[in-house]
Amino acid sequence: MSALSRLWFSLAVTIALAVALTFLILPILAIFLDTGPAALIDSLGEETARDALLLSLETTAIALAIIIVVGTPAAYFLASRRFRGRALLTTLIELPLVLPPAAAGIALLAALGPNGIFGAELDALGITLPLETAGVVVALVFVASPFYLRQAQASFAAVDPTIVDASRTLGASEAHTFARILVPTALPGLATGGALALGRALGEFGATLMFAGALQGVTQTVPLAIFDRFARDFDAALALSAVLVAISAAILLATKLLDGPDSLTRAAR
Amino acid sequence: MLRAEIETTLGELELELELAVEAGECLALAGPSGAGKSSVLRAIAGLLRPARGRISCNGETWLDTGGRINFAPERRRCGYLFQEYALFPHLSAWENVAYPLKEVPRRERRAKAVALLGRFGLAERADAAPRSLSGGERQRVALARALARRPGVLLLDEPLSALDARTRAAATREVAQVLRDLDVPAILVTHDFTEAAQLGDRVGIIDAGRIVQEGSASELASTPGSAFVADFSGAVVLEGQAHSGAGGLTIVALDGGGEVASSDIGAGRVGVSVHPWEITIETVTGEHPPSSALNRLPGVVTTITTIGNRVRLGINAGQPLVAEVTAASVEGLELAVGSPVVASWKAAATRLVAL
Repeated sequence: MSALSRLWFSLAVTIALAVALTFLILPILAIFLDTGPAALIDSLGEETARDALLLSLETTAIALAIIIVVGTPAAYFLASRRFRGRALLTTLIELPLVLPPAAAGIALLAALGPNGIFGAELDALGITLPLETAGVVVALVFVASPFYLRQAQASFAAVDPTIVDASRTLGASEAHTFARILVPTALPGLATGGALALGRALGEFGATLMFAGALQGVTQTVPLAIFDRFARDFDAALALSAVLVAISAAILLATKLLDGPDSLTRAAR
Repeated sequence: MLRAEIETTLGELELELELAVEAGECLALAGPSGAGKSSVLRAIAGLLRPARGRISCNGETWLDTGGRINFAPERRRCGYLFQEYALFPHLSAWENVAYPLKEVPRRERRAKAVALLGRFGLAERADAAPRSLSGGERQRVALARALARRPGVLLLDEPLSALDARTRAAATREVAQVLRDLDVPAILVTHDFTEAAQLGDRVGIIDAGRIVQEGSASELASTPGSAFVADFSGAVVLEGQAHSGAGGLTIVALDGGGEVASSDIGAGRVGVSVHPWEITIETVTGEHPPSSALNRLPGVVTTITTIGNRVRLGINAGQPLVAEVTAASVEGLELAVGSPVVASWKAAATRLVAL
């Protein structure tokens, strides 16, 4: 390659990167720059905003707890057992990752709604999900759990199998080995999976809206509140968005730090 | 007493063998990689379930596929030293050693673990993380951990192969000491016949899932049952005391009498290793011609074993020695059991190994 064409190529990739960065970062900056910080904080004092924030935190926390408690052993099963149809099962579990949120909402209604497949059974048990906070949790678990399951399965599979064998020969049962050896050694990966699921749950919109509705204080989480307000009160919508962006950025930063404290600063090899 | 009969298919390999090891005895299974050595240990420890088999230790049946007995690994009390040591990366050295000490009250575990580490000279490294330990230190932590639960059987998977040559000598002494002190059956697997000869009371040569020959290391080398055993049981090991000699050579005074020179550096107690095919045999007829072979040991032929066109000669030269010559040489020299011979070989073909 001649010096001139090398220069052209360098210039081209630099411009491409600049365009991509501007496009990705400008809207995020705009959330914070469009209105002053004072106005942002003011509009967060409103009751509807507070309700939405509290509801989001509550439902996300419950959903994450369910995902971790059920997902961790389930992921271990998938990572440690060899059986027919394992690959198929793994793919099925990952399906909600690519499912359009609106379709996920419809799917949940078809399964668990009043006229759904299990509607009568849930009704007999006195459980109603649509238009209830529990419905939000169900929607969050449905869309967010694959993020955790996939990452947790990979983390368990990456644990050196001989340390698992060593634990067994040292007198530990499989359950003890799981709790004392597997979970601690896979912990950075599990935490990353948890953070990804948390981020996905926090921003969940479509499935929640379709399945649980948008009742203030009951099912109206922050993303739904942003949608509800943006036509009436753009500043208020911006304020809530800013909060979500801040939390999401914090989660992203946390996962990077879990990857290694210097993963943000070190130069790529 | 450990008894095991194992029969199973692992991919291409058909494992089918039977073994018995007395308390205080070490059986060394030596063979090339892929011969099924580690699988034998895994089956005994309960990490691999053979299709058919019976395993019992000190009268307790651990596995009987016919009687549907199959103890979980945690119930078998095997002290298992893994090839790469398998230390728990998230636990410190002492926590690794304390891991199996479940019956010891929590408050006393640290003291007990540090005491065990102290036996291997590692008390000061008790709080170190495994990744900050050297290869030799890792091996000793893993040994201390494997012994912590007072195992009924000791299983050693290539205990020295992950170490560099410098550390290997000290580690060999360490493992040999553990084997001497411990009054339980021990099985060691290795791809290195010299290691098997050094550490095993008995050596079993394993090939393609079967034990093809079993006996003392010198028996295997002098009377190999097949070409495979002959090739594999290459080096014979003589024991002696080393001191430095003229011309930068090391002189070893052999235990059974006689001296040999080696171009390797060594001091104190050493093993002298030489390949049978490096050894020249002369009959004792008087003056020997000038030769570059510095090492000359007189002896008497004890066994003659023909393998194809080669012949293995077992020679009593104070210690058992093995030479490999052609059938034509045996005929030409009119060798027979009882013939007095001189075995000679070059100092440059003489390796020193740690004892």
